[in-house]
Amino acid sequence: MTATLDRPPEAPRRSRTALRHRLAERGIDRQLLLLVPAALFVILLFIYPFLYGVGLSFQPAEGGPLAAYREFFTDAYLRDTIGTTLGLSLPAALLNVLASVPIAYRMRGRFRGKRLLTTILVVPITLGTVLTAQGLLNFLGPTGWFNRTLLSSGLVDEPVRLTNNYWGVFFSLVITGFPFAFLLVLSYLSGIDPTLERAASTLGAGSWQRFRRITLPLLAPGLATTFCLTFVLAFSVFPSAILVGDPSGTTRVISIAAYEAAYVQYDYALASAVAVLMGLVELIVIAIVLGWRALLYTGSTAGGKG
Amino acid sequence: MSGVATRRRLSGSPLAWLIWGLVIFFFVNLAGVIGSVVVSSVGERWFDTWLPTAGYTTRWYGEAWQEFGLGPVLLTTLEVSLLVVGISVLIGVPASYVLARRSFPGRRLLYLLFLLPILMPPITYGIPLATVLYKYGFAGNLSGVVLANLVPSVPFVILTMTPFIEQIDPAIERAARMCGAGTRQVFVRILAPLLVPGILAASILVLVRTVGMFELTFLTAGPDSQTLVVALYYSMSAAGIRAQQSVDAMAVMYSGMMLVLLVVALRFVNPTQLVARVKEDVD
Repeated sequence: MTATLDRPPEAPRRSRTALRHRLAERGIDRQLLLLVPAALFVILLFIYPFLYGVGLSFQPAEGGPLAAYREFFTDAYLRDTIGTTLGLSLPAALLNVLASVPIAYRMRGRFRGKRLLTTILVVPITLGTVLTAQGLLNFLGPTGWFNRTLLSSGLVDEPVRLTNNYWGVFFSLVITGFPFAFLLVLSYLSGIDPTLERAASTLGAGSWQRFRRITLPLLAPGLATTFCLTFVLAFSVFPSAILVGDPSGTTRVISIAAYEAAYVQYDYALASAVAVLMGLVELIVIAIVLGWRALLYTGSTAGGKG
Repeated sequence: MSGVATRRRLSGSPLAWLIWGLVIFFFVNLAGVIGSVVVSSVGERWFDTWLPTAGYTTRWYGEAWQEFGLGPVLLTTLEVSLLVVGISVLIGVPASYVLARRSFPGRRLLYLLFLLPILMPPITYGIPLATVLYKYGFAGNLSGVVLANLVPSVPFVILTMTPFIEQIDPAIERAARMCGAGTRQVFVRILAPLLVPGILAASILVLVRTVGMFELTFLTAGPDSQTLVVALYYSMSAAGIRAQQSVDAMAVMYSGMMLVLLVVALRFVNPTQLVARVKEDVD
C-alpha cells in the first residue's frame, strides 16, 4: 500500500516485495488485518484491564506492595471465602457431571421427544441465576410447594429450611448447571462411534463391561472438559449466593468478597487482589483437571482408534 | 410423549427406572420453581396455602411496570443487546474467517486469547474492567455496559463462527477469486450469503447471553443504564417495601422475554449440535 503512495526507487521496493513474499510464505499477509479489530479489542478490554487490576492489587494505600494479599490471607472473613466457594462449586459441578453420565447414557440413542427434552433442558440455562433465585425462594421456602408436599405426606413435622443457606445456593447451581452439563455430556456421548460397543458385545462384554471398558474411557476426556466448564459457572456464583444464600455467613463466596471490597469499602487494591486470587484458584482447579485429562487422553485414543 | 418411547426401550431394568425417576424429579422441581413464580405473580394474596386466596389478578404486572419503570429498562435492554450483537458480529466474523482459513505464527496463542474471556468468571475481569471504564468515563452509562458486555460476546462469536466457516468449501472462494473478485467482494457476495445462518445463530446466542448477563452489566451500569436482569436483582435485594408479587411479575416478564428469544433461537440452532460445536472449540 505504501509502495504505491510514495513511489520509492527500484531497489528498496524490490526488497520490500521480497519481504512481503517471505512473510506471505510464512502465512502473513494483508488478510490478517481482519484479525486486528478483534485482537485489539480483546487486548484493550480484557488483557489491559486485567493487567491494570493485577498492578492495582500491588499498590494498596498503605503497607507495601503485598499488603492487600496479606490482608486477604490474615483476615479469616476474607480467607475463608476460598473454602466456601470451593465447598459450593466443587460438589455442585461434580454432582452435575456425575448425574449427567447415566442419564445421557440412557438417552444417547434416537427416541421420540428427544428434541422436546433438550429444549426443556435449555430453559434453565436461559432463565439465569436471578430468576432461578426468585423461583427457589418461592418454591423451597417454608410455605412453598416443596415443604408443603413434604409436610402433607408426613415425611417431616416442620418445614425444612432450604433457602437462605448453603442448600439454596447449591440447588440454584444444580438447576442452572445440570442442564448445561447434561447437554455437553450428551453431545460427547453421541460423538462416540456405536459400532465400538457393538464390537465389544460380539466379544461377549456385558452392558456394564461395555460401559466401563469402552464408553467410559472414551468419554472421560469429555467429562473433564464438562467438569471444567460447569465448575467455571458454579465458581463465579454471585447473584444467587446473595439472593437465596446467606451472604454474610455460610455462602459468603469469593465474588461477594471482591464485590464488597470494590463497591462497599472502595478498596480497589483489595478488590483487585481478591479478583486475581479468584482467577488463580479457578485456574489451579482447571489445570489439575486438565492435567488429569491429559493422562487419560493418551490411553484412550489408542484404544479408540485401534 | 418421551415416556412412551423410552419405556419400550428401557423396561425391566431397575437402574433405568431410577434414572428416569431422577429426571422426572428434576423436571417436577423445575416446574415448581418456575410455576411458583408465575402463580404468585397472578395471585391477589398468597401466604400459607397451596394456591393464592382471594382470586387472581393481573394488576401486579401493571404495578411492576410502573414501579420499576420497566418501559425505559426494556428499552435499555433492547439497545444494549442490539448494539452488542451488531458490534460483536462486525468484529468477530472477519476474525473468525481468518482463524478458520489461515495458519500463521501465533494462531494458537490468539485462539487462547479469545478463549480466556469465556473461561474466566465475569466477576474476575469485571471488577478491573469496571475500574478502567470508570477511569475513562465510560462506566455508569450505556457505552460502558455495551463495552463490558462485548468482552465475552466477541470471543463467543469467534468461537461459534470459526467451525461454521471451516465447513464452507474453500473451492467456492477460489473460484470467485479466479473470476476476479477481491477480498471485499468475496466477503460481501460469496461468504456473506453462505454465512447468514451461522451469523443468525451466533447473534441470537449472543442476544440471549447479553439479556441474561448479570455480573458485567451490574458492575458497569448506572441508574439509567440498567438492563432488565439488573433491575430485577435490585428489586429483589431491596424487597420488603414492595409487594413480593410485583417482583414475581417482573421475573415472569423477564423469563417470558427469554423464552421468546429461546424459541426463536431453537428454530435456528439445535442445542446438542451447538454444544458439540462448543466442544470442538474447547478442545
